[in-house]
Amino acid sequence: MNYSEKVMDHFVNPRNVGEILDADGIGEVGNPKCGDIMKIYLKIDKNIITDVKFKTFGCGAAVATSSMATELIKNKSIEEALKITNRAVLEALDGLPPVKVHCSVLAEQAIKAAIWDYYTRKNINPEIIMGKFDNTSCSCEDNNNSCSCESNLI
Amino acid sequence: MENIKKKLIYMDNAATTAVDSRVLEAMLPFFTENYGNASSIYSLGRISKKYIEEARKIVANKLNSLPEEIFFTSGGTESDNWAIKSIAFDKLKSGKNHIITSKIEHHAVLNTMKFLEKHGFKVTYLDVDENGFINLDNLHKKITDKTALVSIMYANNEIGTIQDIPEIGKICHENNVIFHTDAVQAVGHINIDVKKENIDLLSLSAHKFNGPKGVGALYVNKNLKINSFLEGGSQEFNKRAGTENTAGIVGLAKALELSLENLGENNQKLISKQKYFIENLLKIERSRLNGDYEKRLPGNINICFEGIEGESLLLLLDQAGICASSGSACTSGSLDPSHVLLAIGLPHEIAHGSLRLTLSKFNTYEEIDYALQEINKAVTRLRNMSPLWEKIIKEELK
Repeated sequence: MNYSEKVMDHFVNPRNVGEILDADGIGEVGNPKCGDIMKIYLKIDKNIITDVKFKTFGCGAAVATSSMATELIKNKSIEEALKITNRAVLEALDGLPPVKVHCSVLAEQAIKAAIWDYYTRKNINPEIIMGKFDNTSCSCEDNNNSCSCESNLI
Repeated sequence: MENIKKKLIYMDNAATTAVDSRVLEAMLPFFTENYGNASSIYSLGRISKKYIEEARKIVANKLNSLPEEIFFTSGGTESDNWAIKSIAFDKLKSGKNHIITSKIEHHAVLNTMKFLEKHGFKVTYLDVDENGFINLDNLHKKITDKTALVSIMYANNEIGTIQDIPEIGKICHENNVIFHTDAVQAVGHINIDVKKENIDLLSLSAHKFNGPKGVGALYVNKNLKINSFLEGGSQEFNKRAGTENTAGIVGLAKALELSLENLGENNQKLISKQKYFIENLLKIERSRLNGDYEKRLPGNINICFEGIEGESLLLLLDQAGICASSGSACTSGSLDPSHVLLAIGLPHEIAHGSLRLTLSKFNTYEEIDYALQEINKAVTRLRNMSPLWEKIIKEELK
């Protein structure tokens, strides 16, 4: 597997690893069966993501995309964070091998899932702001060698 | 910190091995001095021919077969393809269209079977038990009067399980079925006697026992009819065309000779190291050994660590200068974990966390201790950042 130097850097020295005990939003995506789970914790103050941590079970690319995703949203507004696409994560890492692109999709989803959770906790209907979002359906259940970790924003 | 060359600790000998310096020495003259084509009439060609036939005798002798039963090929994959396809298509003429194999074969066999299925053959993939053994009664039951061939690997490349080859061969012969074994992981590592072990066809590959890459052999019992695989010149008794890879063939024979020298003693030492390694790895909580503890290839270790994923473990070990491999999906290029680990009944999430270490006689206890330390560190580090591990621990506390 040929990873870029940036991917290796974020894998070997991941940024923002850990948990936030009093997090304002937590998002978890992925599936142990597929071999990757990402969990992102957000601390949000006045619409700004003041702190972010992650925990990831997965391959090198999964760790690196999580790490990069947290870097991209730290100190950003929620609106800015929601604009982070998997492509942005991918480009920030100088690309990923084709079979690993789904890891960047997971990273995008993890951010969205955490923000969804934040809105839900605030009694705000996230659907109005974010549209439909299904964070539960990264499934390898019926795979024919293909993990259906497509972007689940409908 | 740039370009500090760390000492490499190579623990992936099932993937490939270094060429033994004595093997290289034996091969070198055939590149620049004795470069003659073995089919040529003049002396330069005859030298090549002579050394190829010498090599054939050595290989034949080491397997307890005859020189005319040994065909040199480009490696294990070709040998498997040739053996299986040739027997299958030949037997089809007499109406036999059924083949039996196992679920844990190497892809060189499995994908050859898939190919044959596309051509109308029926293939039975035998289940294996939790240690990777096929069930002999089940094999017996699956043989029908349409069964042409049984192909069962000698020893598994991932979990090291050594099948009961003599019994499998016996069952095949009692039922008039041809028996092929992919012995790529076994040859050079354990003594094999094709006659005593009832083997009709056997595939082997030189680079698995300190020989060069790109050369292998197929043993075919002389009573069997095998069709040519590559059409062309009359090399390899008219069965495998193409100018012989003289250097490779000489290297293969030399490597086989050397690897079987003091094999008993070497294996005893290797097995001691293997068991020391395994016992210490199993001290890591929620780890499990895959494959049989006793009937496994000397040097093979395959272990799963719950809560982590194999590729990230390999990357961390690589940072520490340790070469190993994994059956995790992420290392296979597909998204499924190893078919072998799934076949022995491991759930996907556990199979993703597998680590294969395959030692050679050159690995020292010092290296093993270093690897143990690095594996412990890496597993702890990955578990500390794993939400799956967090869940496992929470379940445990309930």
